[in-house]
Amino acid sequence: MTLFQGQGLVCVRGEHMVFRGLDFELSSGGALVLIGPNGAGKSSLLRLMAGLLKPYDGKLLWDGEDALDDFDEHGAHLHYVGHHDAVKAVLSVSENIKFWAELRGGGEDGIAEALATFDIKHLYDTPGQFLSAGQKRRVNLARIIAAPAPLWLLDEPTTALDKATIKRLEAAIQKHRDGGGMVVLSTHADVDMPGSEVLDVSRFATRNTAFDEQVMV
Amino acid sequence: MSIFITLIKRDLNLAFRQGFDSLMVVAFFVIAVVLFPLGVGPEPNTLARIASGTIWVAALLSSMLSLERLFQTDYDDGSLELLALSPVALEITVLAKVTAHWLTTGLPLILTAPLLGVLMQLPNEGFMTLLIALALGTPTLSLIGAVGAALVLGSRRGGVLLSLLILPLYIPVLIFGVSAVEAALGDLATRPHLLILAGLLAATLALTPWAAAAALRQALE
Repeated sequence: MTLFQGQGLVCVRGEHMVFRGLDFELSSGGALVLIGPNGAGKSSLLRLMAGLLKPYDGKLLWDGEDALDDFDEHGAHLHYVGHHDAVKAVLSVSENIKFWAELRGGGEDGIAEALATFDIKHLYDTPGQFLSAGQKRRVNLARIIAAPAPLWLLDEPTTALDKATIKRLEAAIQKHRDGGGMVVLSTHADVDMPGSEVLDVSRFATRNTAFDEQVMV
Repeated sequence: MSIFITLIKRDLNLAFRQGFDSLMVVAFFVIAVVLFPLGVGPEPNTLARIASGTIWVAALLSSMLSLERLFQTDYDDGSLELLALSPVALEITVLAKVTAHWLTTGLPLILTAPLLGVLMQLPNEGFMTLLIALALGTPTLSLIGAVGAALVLGSRRGGVLLSLLILPLYIPVLIFGVSAVEAALGDLATRPHLLILAGLLAATLALTPWAAAAALRQALE
């Protein structure tokens, strides 16, 4: 049983405080859906969970221990899917996926499963430059299947995906959760995840006053 | 270790497939050196006297030419975030990328240098030392350059800023690289100069991956 928690997280971007006092808790098999209007801090929260952003205040705990103590170890716990698809134009689909899988010790089986999950077997030898936006997104999502990690952080994963692929993604998420994995996902579209919790990030938003004043208060 | 090789292979693969980076670096190196005989005249004694300095300065400038792209493409397409989040320490990733950079730019420079030595009328005694000095010096250039390339990530006009940051730090390599060749020509001991170059390499090898990794983390925030 794994427990991933955030306590009193404060996020500051530039001169502005995006949100403060944000708590969340996620355990094996759990899913968290981040909602909120543009600029509410959904992406910032996901980057913060990944360790790419340092919280201004508050704690990020993995099984009760500070997750940011060892950046590389925390990185091994998670897969992050951001706005960019990280697909190299001159590498083929299989080479792209294989590289990321090898970095995390994934093998051929995982790669085959990943290609099947998002239906991109027929693109095996296609160079990244000939892929459409949706196909690139599928390659990026296949990457997270190819080598397992307990926590998935998905920032608007449905962007550019067609309905059939969103169904495939939902199925993959369900399978991941059934195996004890955790998912945090931000979305504007509907992604069907039974039994997931919803976190409205805008509830923790602070008014757009200057950062200094907020600290003083 | 196998992950280190995977990282290097990927960068070499990318470098060879998207093209002309190494070729451009070598071409720039050759053209920059060729300009000198045209500028100062073909008098053999004059050329021989400035040969080692010219070759070193040209090597410095051309190795800098491709540095801007060292992290930029990975930064732009989101790969850098994923590399930072991988279980591999970012320092190791930096070291692998620098190694690949040196293999695609530094090594071709070393291989071209003897040819340019001939062109510049470099006396025969200088060739071996020039090659050893370049072999010790160019990896140092790539390592120092990596810190600069990481620092200017995300800034506009990064290329110009990069040269302002990096060129002053290249000076020690230039001084001892040239003085090693001069010593060989004057029939003096070259060992002390080469040892200092080796020392510079050892120091940058130990320090710059950490500095570059810290700068990359900053850039990703």
